[in-house]
Amino acid sequence: MPPSFLPLIVLLPFLAMPLLLLADRLGRRTVALVAGAAMLGGLGLLAALAAPVLAGEALVLWRPWLSDWGLDLSFRLDGLGLLFTLLIDGIGALIVLYAYYYMGEDDRLTRFLMTLLAFAGGMLGVVLAENLLLMLLFWEVTSLTSFLLIAYKWQYHDSRIAARMALAVTGGGGLALLAGLLMLGHIAGSFELSVILDRGDLIRQHRLYEPMLVLVLLGAFTKSAQVPFHFWLPNAMAAPTPVSAYLHSATMVKAGVFLLARLYPALANTELWFLLVTGTGAVTLLLGAYLALLKHDFKGLLAYSTISHLGLITMLFGLDTPMSAVAAVFHIINHAVFKASLFMVAGVIDKQCGSRDMRRINGLARYMPVTAVLGIVAAGAMAGVPFLNGFLSKEMFFQETIAYPGFTGYGTFLLPAIATLAGILSVAYSARFVHDVFFNGEPVDLPKTPGPPPRFMRLPMEVLVAIVVIVGVAPQVSVGWLLKAAAGAVLLGDLPPIKLAVWHGFNLPLVMSIVALGGGLFYYWSRDRVFTLHERYALDFSSPVAFERAYNGAAASARRALAVLDRRQLAQYLGLFLGLGVAGGAYAWGSAPASSAGAPLAGPLPLTPVDPVSAFAFVLLAIGVGGATWFVRQRLLAIIFMSVAGLVVSMAFIRFAAPDLALTQLSVELATIMLMLLALRFLPQTGPAERSRNGRFAGALLAAGAGLGAAAVTFAMLTRPFATISGYHIANAKPLGGGTNVVNVILVDFRGFDTLGEIAVLAMAALGVHAMLHGVRLRAFVANAEADADRYPIMLRMLMQPMLPLALAVATYIFLRGHNLPGGGFIAGLIAAIAYVLQYMAGGFAFASARVRLDFVALIGAGIVIAALTGVASMLFGFPFLKSAYTYLPAPPLDDIGLASSLVFDSGIFLVVVGTILLVLTELGRIEVKDATADGGSSEGLPRPATAVQG
Amino acid sequence: MELLLALGVGLLTGCGVWLVLASRTFAVILGLTLIGYAVNLLIFFGGRIGAKAPPLALPGATGLADPLPQALVLTAIVIGFGMVAYFVALALRGVGDSGSDAVDLPAAAPDREEGP
Repeated sequence: MPPSFLPLIVLLPFLAMPLLLLADRLGRRTVALVAGAAMLGGLGLLAALAAPVLAGEALVLWRPWLSDWGLDLSFRLDGLGLLFTLLIDGIGALIVLYAYYYMGEDDRLTRFLMTLLAFAGGMLGVVLAENLLLMLLFWEVTSLTSFLLIAYKWQYHDSRIAARMALAVTGGGGLALLAGLLMLGHIAGSFELSVILDRGDLIRQHRLYEPMLVLVLLGAFTKSAQVPFHFWLPNAMAAPTPVSAYLHSATMVKAGVFLLARLYPALANTELWFLLVTGTGAVTLLLGAYLALLKHDFKGLLAYSTISHLGLITMLFGLDTPMSAVAAVFHIINHAVFKASLFMVAGVIDKQCGSRDMRRINGLARYMPVTAVLGIVAAGAMAGVPFLNGFLSKEMFFQETIAYPGFTGYGTFLLPAIATLAGILSVAYSARFVHDVFFNGEPVDLPKTPGPPPRFMRLPMEVLVAIVVIVGVAPQVSVGWLLKAAAGAVLLGDLPPIKLAVWHGFNLPLVMSIVALGGGLFYYWSRDRVFTLHERYALDFSSPVAFERAYNGAAASARRALAVLDRRQLAQYLGLFLGLGVAGGAYAWGSAPASSAGAPLAGPLPLTPVDPVSAFAFVLLAIGVGGATWFVRQRLLAIIFMSVAGLVVSMAFIRFAAPDLALTQLSVELATIMLMLLALRFLPQTGPAERSRNGRFAGALLAAGAGLGAAAVTFAMLTRPFATISGYHIANAKPLGGGTNVVNVILVDFRGFDTLGEIAVLAMAALGVHAMLHGVRLRAFVANAEADADRYPIMLRMLMQPMLPLALAVATYIFLRGHNLPGGGFIAGLIAAIAYVLQYMAGGFAFASARVRLDFVALIGAGIVIAALTGVASMLFGFPFLKSAYTYLPAPPLDDIGLASSLVFDSGIFLVVVGTILLVLTELGRIEVKDATADGGSSEGLPRPATAVQG
Repeated sequence: MELLLALGVGLLTGCGVWLVLASRTFAVILGLTLIGYAVNLLIFFGGRIGAKAPPLALPGATGLADPLPQALVLTAIVIGFGMVAYFVALALRGVGDSGSDAVDLPAAAPDREEGP
């Protein structure tokens, strides 16, 4: 099978997720079968790809993705990836079968297995990614999905707390890992593993090596529950047992040690590596083993045992000899197998007894003999009993602590002593598990009478325990090949000769094993004294309450800080932004070097003289703006003043040769004023208190600063020369766009795509208004003029009706000539819309809407579709989007009519503008009046705001 | 003339900013409109003011105004209307929901986290 099938292994679980939803209709069994098939399918693919990998090759598949960022879709299958894929998919399949029996009828098996599959997919991505950023992506997938799995029983407070804790710890580690990997990629010059693994020497000598290593290790240690980040793991036992069996044996927690193995050639072999990795591993190994014995909850015992074994693996990687890496990989395999079976046994007992307390669960050997045998064998492997797989890797571990070359003198005893002590402790807690649960008298006060589990629920355990025994008896035959491939990938092929055998002769490691077995049994014998001492003196570091207190404290102080910084006032936000803008501008001007002509405000261009008309216009503008500001509380007056300012602005457009702008501004001005007049009626007369004295002062300061700044920028700009880029547009408007009105040709042709976006924005605003005001009922604050005899003056009505066709004719003319002379879709649309609005004003809402039978929303939609289709049409002819074409139609006795495809586009603009303005104004016009007594009960018609608005 | 135009833009901006910082919706909408005028004029003046003729590429025409800022401002004016309309609707909706034309929401109780 070609290597291009490699990503399929990762994708398979994700692809199976929707299938699970379909299978849900066919019952639980089908769901479990599909999920199991996804796992087994991955194994099948792996088998098809395995041959070259087992021979020591690495399959790498590379597809460019976001190459500029160093993120590519590249996957890698080498011995290490193969081992982990085997564990993830193999144990995953067993877990699916187990979960089918474990999960109750109302435990939503489909949802559970979907999450489990997503998690498995994330894990597969982590172990098969070639690109480190891609790996990190999948790393986060495992963090998130494990959160969902741990919180699976979300009804329980414990589960939620545990899940949040796991997410906080592993997610935080993920952030550190991100930083570390970015640094690693920077150092190595690539994020591809093939490159990074080859550049170990370069990486170790780089000055950023140390911070990078610490960050990467933080990621690995949080995930693998190393001290002091171990506390999330025991709490995660709140999850359903299949989750614990999967996450805490073969997958989630193994991702951390996987990372150590993966980056071993690039990062290991330094003093710092040894100190951090071995040190952390040793502390974790001892603390985990010590605490495991003290747990009365057998899942808790297994959790701390897992922490301890992860410490062992970490410590082995830290020892940094080729053989210790081999032993670490070997222990990864062995621990995954026996710990998964132990968790499954625990799940069976939990389910059959309804309790997990070892002070009450006793003597189960009589009630479930087969399960008891399975549990005893697996616990033996955990303790390191000969002829079981755990014994072999533990022996190798003892051997490596003895052989470690880094210490001299009394120091040589340190590591073997730690190892033996850990061995004693692990024998003790294993003994407790076996003795308390299966022997030690009778069950005490259990909620259920225990009985044997269903036949096939035992199958996964039987498979795993069989592996435990087979590996324990015939290691070289059963896992020699796998270990060679996986360790070969860790050591980049530089493999010491591995000879797995049960009997190595009577040597020092064997003595240590014997001491551990004997010492462990003795320690367990005297356990009551240990319990007493522990209860008197020890602090419970892993208490979820402590974590919650810290967590809630942090959240509360964050809220307090936010409350101080953010007073939820618009003025504050705006003040911050404007203030920063003004200050930044002032700083830029003040700090500019004098030579760059930054200091004098005026540029080299000569000033043009002021003509009297302009001076008069300026005075008008000042009156308009000043009046609007001063009389802002008398709203009607303010609107009138504002319209004066708007008129002066349109005059400015005329004065400086922009007729299109003047026409647009004038019509928009009309529409805006109508809009505001319509709104006036519903705005309350009395409102919140005005700004405080200080607020007014700050506002005035800011306004003065912004005004002066804007004036300075305008003046500086106007007095400096510039080179326009419009020469191209002017020269090509006619030859390429077929029109002489360059502004219009730019809008509908050169920059047509922009315009399409802009009318889309306009349409969104209109629809937003439509959505917000639909069905709103407001109190009218201005008395209605319903009673007035001349509510709709007859003169106005008589005048407006014949005006409509005339105005529409003008709009058509403006529209058609727009390509060559001032006009076009925008202006024509505004004129047409205003013509319609006049009908509403003259005749009232009911009168007009009975006659103007247009669906404005549809009008807007049609406009956008027409404009977009014009663009698509040009693509049909093989041109780029919105490429225009034009021709001339002879139309005697008139001039030839220029017909450009952009005319169609312009008609789309026209429709959107008409639809927008009419939709907005009619929505405002028909707001229902809430208080019937204050009003005639009428909801129609435009109000007559001429009634004084005093505010 | 340049000074006059600069003062005009500055006046619009200053008064617009003053109004925008107010605590009632009507003033804020008015302020936004004024700032809109100022920004449109500023962009428009980016094409400078020395033009003799509007940007119509008729045969023999010289001294045309810069069409590019004009095209930008034209759509900006129309979108400005859309924005003002949106804010007006927002203000009215606010009146409908809270009965007040205050810009700022009444201080809500901070979100409570669940305790252990």
